[in-house]
Amino acid sequence: MNLWPWILAACVLAYATKLAGYFVPRSLLKNPRTMHIAGTMTIGLLASLTVVNAFAAGQSLAFDARVGALVAAAVALWLRAPFLVVVIAGAAAAAGLRLLGWG
Amino acid sequence: MELGRRAGLWLHEGMPPKLLESPAVKVGLSISIATGLYGISFGALSVASGFDFWQTMALSLIMFSGGSQFAFIGVVAGGGSGVAAMTAAALLGLRNGIYGMQMNALLLPKGKLKYLQAQLSIDETTATASGQSEPDEQRRGFWTAGIGIYVLWNLFTAVGALAGNALGDPKQWGLDGAAVAAFLALLWPRLKGREPWAIAVVCAVATLLAVPFVPPGVPILVAAAVAGVFGWLSHARSDEGLEPDIDPYAHGRGDSGRGDSRRGGHGEGAE
Repeated sequence: MNLWPWILAACVLAYATKLAGYFVPRSLLKNPRTMHIAGTMTIGLLASLTVVNAFAAGQSLAFDARVGALVAAAVALWLRAPFLVVVIAGAAAAAGLRLLGWG
Repeated sequence: MELGRRAGLWLHEGMPPKLLESPAVKVGLSISIATGLYGISFGALSVASGFDFWQTMALSLIMFSGGSQFAFIGVVAGGGSGVAAMTAAALLGLRNGIYGMQMNALLLPKGKLKYLQAQLSIDETTATASGQSEPDEQRRGFWTAGIGIYVLWNLFTAVGALAGNALGDPKQWGLDGAAVAAFLALLWPRLKGREPWAIAVVCAVATLLAVPFVPPGVPILVAAAVAGVFGWLSHARSDEGLEPDIDPYAHGRGDSGRGDSRRGGHGEGAE
């Protein structure tokens, strides 16, 4: 199967989707309710991305070393660690747990 | 030329005395490294799934949306058709349209700059930009993360595609854990007060409930829809006098704040 046509079509769709957002009238986003919803959506998307990356494995849920990363990151944030330290703590926790043979 | 002039204007006016002292630049660089390194796993996996080097690079250079890229090669690796791969990638990419909308409103790109900004409108750049409160910081965050991730993601995709599995599993280095930590760190500063916590918990639960029933990527859209409904309803309540606890875009409202600083810093507005 020649995949090139599908690769290029998917690439065009990806860019068109991104660009479409820029042609939604800004006036719509000046509306206080729309801005409030944009704010709640950002929180919702970030929370969703966090748990998807921590627990999803394809279409099933997994409880593996990534949970350790989530906990380590939360502890680092609780201690007011800077962003890079939080990211390193997450990576180290996941790598460490795998080294110990879990997840 | 127009693009260059405007980007130049931004660079000139947006540049603080020491760029590395900008918190947005620090966050942007950190997330660039964490995300960019993960390109190794995409490159290696893509070649292992039967894609050649240039097909792999086309996905990273043009599609440039990690989730969609992994979905595309994942469907093909699982025996799916080209049209199924394209559909999965497109569904996963839908959220980038929401990001585009938000980044257009937040960064107010002028002229042709939006065509470049659109390509960089992904999870990490949106999160980095909207995590800042100053308009200049939001711009620095977006472009640092955007350019940094674009360069490193493509560089490491190439490394992964060429080196294949010789480097070992990126999970061994905890890079998937780094992604979890990065998203939590971007969410964290927003969790001030009861309403943001409620939204985060409800959306996290909705995501987990949706994972087994819909294709990968769609749970994120489910969460976005839930957050949208939540926002619609809680805004209705605030109309009755109950001010919401969150207001990440407060500086962008009304005639003060961002509006003034933009007029002062960047000439007359476009709209």
